[in-house]
Amino acid sequence: MFIIESPVVEVKILQDNIFLLKIHCPEIASIIKPAQFLNIRLSSQSYPLLRRPFSVCDVEGENIYLLFNIFGEGTRILAGKSNGDLIDILGPLGNGFILNDDYETAVIVAGGLGSAPFPFVTRALKDKKEILSFVGGRTSKDVITYGMKNVFTTNDDGSAGFKGTVVELLNSKIDELEKKNIKVFGCGPTPMLKALKEFCVKHNFVCEVSTECAMACGFGICQGCPIESTSNSEKYLLVCKDGPVFNVQDVVI
Amino acid sequence: MSKVDLSVKIGDLYLRNPIMLASGTVGYGSEISEFTDLNTIGGIVTKSLSLKPRKGNPPQRIVETPAGMLNAIGLANVGVEEFIKSKIPFLKKFDVPLICNIAANSVEEYVECTKILTSEETIKAFEINVSCPNVSEGGLQFGNDVKAVGKVTEKVRAATSKPIIIKLSPNVSYISDFAEVVKKEGGDAVSAINTLVGTTFDINTRKPKIFNINGGLSGPAIKPIALAKVLEISRKVDIPVIGSGGIMNWKDVIEFMIVGSCAVQIGTLNFIDPTAPGKFVKKLEDYCLKNGITKISDLTASYLID
Repeated sequence: MFIIESPVVEVKILQDNIFLLKIHCPEIASIIKPAQFLNIRLSSQSYPLLRRPFSVCDVEGENIYLLFNIFGEGTRILAGKSNGDLIDILGPLGNGFILNDDYETAVIVAGGLGSAPFPFVTRALKDKKEILSFVGGRTSKDVITYGMKNVFTTNDDGSAGFKGTVVELLNSKIDELEKKNIKVFGCGPTPMLKALKEFCVKHNFVCEVSTECAMACGFGICQGCPIESTSNSEKYLLVCKDGPVFNVQDVVI
Repeated sequence: MSKVDLSVKIGDLYLRNPIMLASGTVGYGSEISEFTDLNTIGGIVTKSLSLKPRKGNPPQRIVETPAGMLNAIGLANVGVEEFIKSKIPFLKKFDVPLICNIAANSVEEYVECTKILTSEETIKAFEINVSCPNVSEGGLQFGNDVKAVGKVTEKVRAATSKPIIIKLSPNVSYISDFAEVVKKEGGDAVSAINTLVGTTFDINTRKPKIFNINGGLSGPAIKPIALAKVLEISRKVDIPVIGSGGIMNWKDVIEFMIVGSCAVQIGTLNFIDPTAPGKFVKKLEDYCLKNGITKISDLTASYLID
């Protein structure tokens, strides 16, 4: 875990309101795992006061990538960064996906900005596992397929290829999926993760999801990011420290 | 050897310098120790402990507000028994005074917790939380009532010979009345201030942004209020005050000392830059050297008001 100031290499618009930020940070690039996250301080002044958590999008050599949209003041500041500007990073934080266990096909399921961790997942699994990616969004502008492969897309009006939610898209391929030895990796809005959990439980698919919750510190001291555990109703798990990746069987979504 | 005496005495509690880490912002020490050498800090105050473990409030627990944040954690904690079993052994490794913060639903529970913990040698003092705004019972129910604060102080005083610090609420008209009763009932010091009650709503859903509706406001937004409360106590009551509320840099520490604090607690800043408190110590020393101050305790209540 580091607190480090690292220079921006490039900020670019991927599509519409979606940005990709490239930061030169060998210290973190060499150790971070897919779906771990970074907590970034965007101002040395009092607003925004708290750091903002970002999932690592990709790692390439000594560079790390973040994918985000402009949502509030913090992301507006981030999108306005120029080459050479220093970014105050705390990380890597949390636990990433378990990628190397016993399965043959990785089924990636992403909704909206939930695509963020998957370019790095795709890179890490290259030549090791078959990958099938299912990507959804409200409109076609919200469907982010950057850095992914073997992609099936969906949106609300069908203009992205399939009409419906990403879990409905997944369900449309159920015959094919049931013939394979798969593990599902999901990230997206809570209703999507809820539907994905139901789908995977029903079909007995192993599934890990990357969750999110408002948090202050990102490393366990503020206790701000509880998530209900299925095994112990007396105690919450913390998204930052126990997650953000959980097996869907372990948490109430 | 430092040319400036940075040490602070609060009753029998000796701190090597006035920088303390506030309850609820350092957990039980292990996470923060990855960023700061705890042996350089004046003292650490644990997350509030209750007799039994508390689950705390459901999400959302935290939201940022202008120059501050609201939290409604709900005193989630491992409970006294688990604290002794699994947290104290780690904390023993450090040469830093450990102050145990206690939260309870009743006077009896405060006393019971104190009695159990007081035999632990590692614990050097108690901070009694009578001012948490985020639980339905206890907390502010005590903190808003001078008699109740007096009663808690009296009973906890009888339960331990170690220094007791009462953490006061700012959500009252005259905080000095509360400091007065703490002094009368044998408390060694007060911490001022706990968080201020606040809320914020989403204008699209018309719902509160945190589950508990109200939360405790902290961060730089509350610093002027905290300074005024510390000053009020300092001018009216002869009791050591540990100042806290929105400290973001070493200059804030000096300011808190000038208005009457003998030591300070760093809170919200630990979430943003957990390395910062450790860096303040050298800055305080530099300030003292530059201003001809040989004992930092001389800064306490050194305000000049015409």
